[in-house]
Amino acid sequence: MSALLIANGRVVDPGRGVEGDLDVLLVDGRVSAVGPNLAAGGEFERVIDASGKIVVPGLIDMHVHLREPGRAADETIASGSAAAVRGGFASVAVMPTTEPAVDGEAGAEFQVLQGKRAGKARVFPIGAATRDRAGQDLAELEGLVRGGAVAFSDGDRPIRSAEVLRCTMLYARMLDRTVIVHPEDPDLAKQGVMHSGVVSLSLGLPGKSSASEEVMVARDIALARLTGARLHFSQVSTRGAVALVRAAKAEGLAVTCAVTPHHLTLTDESVRSFDPNVKVEPPLRTQDDVEGLIEGILDGTVDAIASGHAPHSREKKEVEFQVAPSGVIGLETTLPITLKALVHERGLSLLRLVELLSLGPAKILGLPGGTLAPGAPGDVTILDLEEEHTITTDFRSNSQNSPFVGWDVKGRAHYTIVEGRVVYDRSEEES
Amino acid sequence: MSPRAERQTVAWNRRHLLGLAELSAEEILAILDTARGFSEISKRSVRKVPTLRGRVVVNLFFENSTRTRLSFSLAAQRLSADVLDFTSSGSSTSKGETLIDTARNIEAMGVDVFVVRHSAPGAADVLSRHLDAAVVNAGDGAHEHPTQALLDLYTIRERLGRLKGLHVAIVGDIAHSRVARSNLYALLKLGARVTLVGPPTLVPGRFRELGAEVSHDLDAILPDVDVVNMLRIQRERQGKNSLSFPSIEEYSRRYGLTQRRLKRAKPDLVVMHPGPLNRGVEISPEVADGKHSVILDQVSAGLAVRMAVLFLVVGANEREQQERAALLREAAQ
Repeated sequence: MSALLIANGRVVDPGRGVEGDLDVLLVDGRVSAVGPNLAAGGEFERVIDASGKIVVPGLIDMHVHLREPGRAADETIASGSAAAVRGGFASVAVMPTTEPAVDGEAGAEFQVLQGKRAGKARVFPIGAATRDRAGQDLAELEGLVRGGAVAFSDGDRPIRSAEVLRCTMLYARMLDRTVIVHPEDPDLAKQGVMHSGVVSLSLGLPGKSSASEEVMVARDIALARLTGARLHFSQVSTRGAVALVRAAKAEGLAVTCAVTPHHLTLTDESVRSFDPNVKVEPPLRTQDDVEGLIEGILDGTVDAIASGHAPHSREKKEVEFQVAPSGVIGLETTLPITLKALVHERGLSLLRLVELLSLGPAKILGLPGGTLAPGAPGDVTILDLEEEHTITTDFRSNSQNSPFVGWDVKGRAHYTIVEGRVVYDRSEEES
Repeated sequence: MSPRAERQTVAWNRRHLLGLAELSAEEILAILDTARGFSEISKRSVRKVPTLRGRVVVNLFFENSTRTRLSFSLAAQRLSADVLDFTSSGSSTSKGETLIDTARNIEAMGVDVFVVRHSAPGAADVLSRHLDAAVVNAGDGAHEHPTQALLDLYTIRERLGRLKGLHVAIVGDIAHSRVARSNLYALLKLGARVTLVGPPTLVPGRFRELGAEVSHDLDAILPDVDVVNMLRIQRERQGKNSLSFPSIEEYSRRYGLTQRRLKRAKPDLVVMHPGPLNRGVEISPEVADGKHSVILDQVSAGLAVRMAVLFLVVGANEREQQERAALLREAAQ
């Protein structure tokens, strides 16, 4: 029997709606007990003194790209999961945006095994919805489930054909998996590299309108209604898209959505710098859209916050804005940035933020985590809410393409515990 | 050069000319006044002054352009600078070397000014942050083409004696035009009214948020304008790759400037075109060669404006470097 006691912390558990000064006991990789004064009389392999710190269910980032197999210079499962636990994430769900795409049993199983070998975060593959993510033929969806896939998605590629998505949804429903889509109409988005608005107009950069996202959100909701499948939008970025999801939920459909930290904190104005590190998919929108996303967080329309962690090595990003690949890393910045933008600056409750970063993703993916209820997986993140620091390029990720370098933030992860084992301890890092 | 131009240069402190959106009205006027001083040189028998002797100007062109490059080369030569041409089509990344590496390599040979033409908006901005040399934007995608707009302003000012209060129409593919954007920014700063004209696919109404007026009807606004700037229509915007307009013929019927249409215009209307001309498409030959046309004046103004710009950025850069050196000496003492 191995026992780890986390003593004297403030527990924030969205799974049971609990918030209070409690100890957490992990035994044999699971939560054994949560309560006051658990230290009395027990024997433990290790006791972590969490005084002054916040103890939450292990965070889950349900949208990351780890580039393995195929693009090790950008990221590997080992480097990506090291980045994850440093950012407080005990679990990551990995998009099949690999080369080749994870579109069968072997690919999914490979990622699971690489995750175990790395021994940091739990790695959950998201299998491709279509073969080679080409949007034409269904991938071997049942095989993917055998290999360990927790959901189906073509990653950052929208499924252009409504009929292909309809059939994917029917299969996903049969296999009890969620279909995750990146909502964007490829015809409307054309060659756009940023949000279509007054900023794109003045910079002369081709834009993608809000409509290019909203048209697809509306279409995909109609297909969810038709098939009864669980549908998740990997991220929404416009006020209108949030409104469509809100209406779908009111109707009782199994439709969920996530938002990213960068869409909550940056707007198309930042593209005036022509910095490729603010080039993302979907593009950064307007301040009104930011407010729309935050309203969605406050009223429960938004189910999760996911980083969209998309590593690109320096040489790929340090080119002209128009030809630079889209995407930013986020595993090591999501917690401090959302603490800053939502909790410290907007007064969001910590309980709600932790829900968006753990229980929300767990529910969407059907994972057992997201709570510290006895019997739950022994995944715990311990964070400091007050520690001030500046984000630098000292990342565990193989890539550095973050738009947040130089930001002054408050709060970050101090311990990440997976299956009762400490996989990240900030005190072992030179600060 | 004239004392007047020298006085004006004091107001100029930028070592790069990246776009007109960031300039003040005074800075724009400083360039135009300096250009007027330089325009005299073109009328001399020996068309050369020693102003930039020993300096090196590199034309870094990643997009085909003959006229702009020739104009910059000649401008640099009239100031006695040495001129190098680097031309490469397509994105630098397609050749495996980044834009920044290419420029740094050339800079290491000893360069004072880079004149940059590139298909990507922001290319000149990015280079300006990585180089010690001065950078002049000679067109970056659909973003800005500051010297073209400056020569347009110069030409209007010479012809009509002012810019303030004028009504200027810019007609054509505004959405994809760097010339239109640079003209819009500068004309508004100097107190002109600007109406952008073309079909809604090429002239998004959002341009109103940048201070322009927008019209889809050339005939309706023609009687009211003092200047009409006709942009070149790209034939490839029609058909398979784009739905910008149904056919060249239809475009020309609605937006082409013809003698018949000019009957509705003011008698002293100024007709401009940045070239190259699509005769019979956006402008009829009679209008292009007619009494309203200042198309060739624009070309000669381009030379004076580019001389002024090269002169000003080199001056600012050298002052900046001297100040930096002085600070370093102070710090060392």
